[in-house]
Parts: sequence; structure tokens; C-alpha cells
Amino acid sequence: MSLEVLVFALFAALALGSALVVVLHRNPVVSTMSLVVTLVALAALFVMLGAPFIAALQILIYTGAIVVLFLFVLMLLNVQRESAATPSAGRGQLWGTLIVACAFAGTLVILFWRSGAGVPAPLTAAEVALPVIARLLFSQYMLPFEIIGLLLLAAVVAATVLARKVPASPEEGD
Amino acid sequence: MVPISWYLLLAAALFVLGTIGALTRRNGIAIFLSIELMLNAVNLALVAYSRQLGDPTGQIVVFFVLAVAAAEAAVGLALFIAIYRHGRTIDVNRMNLMRW
Repeated sequence: MSLEVLVFALFAALALGSALVVVLHRNPVVSTMSLVVTLVALAALFVMLGAPFIAALQILIYTGAIVVLFLFVLMLLNVQRESAATPSAGRGQLWGTLIVACAFAGTLVILFWRSGAGVPAPLTAAEVALPVIARLLFSQYMLPFEIIGLLLLAAVVAATVLARKVPASPEEGD
Repeated sequence: MVPISWYLLLAAALFVLGTIGALTRRNGIAIFLSIELMLNAVNLALVAYSRQLGDPTGQIVVFFVLAVAAAEAAVGLALFIAIYRHGRTIDVNRMNLMRW
């Protein structure tokens, strides 16, 4: 019983700490690597919540693909020296952000505190098993699944077109 | 056992942190990282509710959110590459092409 609380506290602290680094560190490469720590800690929490499939996807897609993409672009653009020269946010912006964040946090906490009812029953093997999710995904959510495939295709095409080098002059394009 | 509300509070904290980052950072890619943080907080809340209600639909939604996040990251980063080519910067304060 207390072991689970301990593991939760460990990963929650890890996620919060690394999320702070993501938000506050000036070097975007450090922020990106810190995001990896947050994502892995969240994956561990997903496992504790009985969603090992989502945890595996989190590791594969987020830390394996998305973060690598971020790092690639950071290296490509070499933005490190720019972030050092960038002035920090102005006073008004900081205060505005703080007020918005506090209001937001208050609303979320009230909402979540009211809706998150107590301790759930222990997980059963049937709840964690993959066939439940697979059956739901390929029957009731078949159409969204296909549409997501289409969206990814569109994203691939869009990213290729956007990142393509534009010819310097019209003659060069011929 | 850990109460579900603890997970939800953690999700709220992560989401607010992401909001702060998205509002205060000036580096475009750092803003993107903050948005990824917010998406992950939402995922955590969805999985927590899925656990509380014993309904796997929440996990299905998280699956779709992951796919959309991947698409968003690909297109967004390609946009930043294009912007960098144009103006040699991804500092959002110096992007003023469309400001009148």
C-alpha cells in the first residue's frame, strides 16, 4: 500500500521537477532532454493507472519520434546562441501570465477535486488486457482511426512541402 | 492505493506549468515544448478518469491525442524551419511579417 504511494510520489516529483526545467531553462536543448524525463515519468504513471499500452505508445511515439524531431530541428537551426541573447519576458507579461496561471490552476483544482472520487478498486487482469482496447479501437472507433491515418498522411505531405527549400529565383525552378 | 484525485492534481499542475511556459517563452521551439507538456497533462487526466470510471474509451482518446500531437509537431517544426529560412530567427517577438 505505502509502496504504491512511494512510487507515485517518486514519479510525480520527477515529472514536476523536469517539467519545471522544461519551462524555465533558457537552453532549448536542455528543455527538450528534460521533456524526455517528464514523458518517461508520465509513462510510469500510465502503467500505474492500468494503461500499459498507452505507456508503451508514450515511450515509442513521444520520446522515440517527437522529441527526436525536436532535437533534429534544434540542431538544424542552431538556436542555442539566440536564446542567450533573447531578453526575458517583460514585467507586464509576467504578471499577466501569473494571474492567468493562478486562475487556471484554481479552476482545474476545484474541478478535479470534485470529480476525482476516492481510491479506485484494485486493477484486474481483464481491465489491463489489450484485447479490450483493440476491440474498441477497431469496431466502435474504426472511422476516427482511419481519419487519423489520413491526418498523418496530410501532415507528412504538409511538413515536406513546408520544409522544402524554395528556389531562389523562378528560373531556377525550371 | 493512490487516490485518483492525486493524479488529477498532478495533471493540473503540469498543465498550468505548460501554460506558463507557452505564455512566457520567446523561443518558438520552447513554446512548442510547453504545448507538448500541456498535451501530456491532458493525457494523464484522461487516463486517470478512464481508470476511475473503468471505461477504456479514455485510453482510446489518448491514442488519438498522441497521433494528433505527432502530426502537430511535424507540421509545426516544418513551419519553424520555413520561418527560420525567411527571417533567420525563431524568436516569436521578432516575427513581425504579418504585423501592420
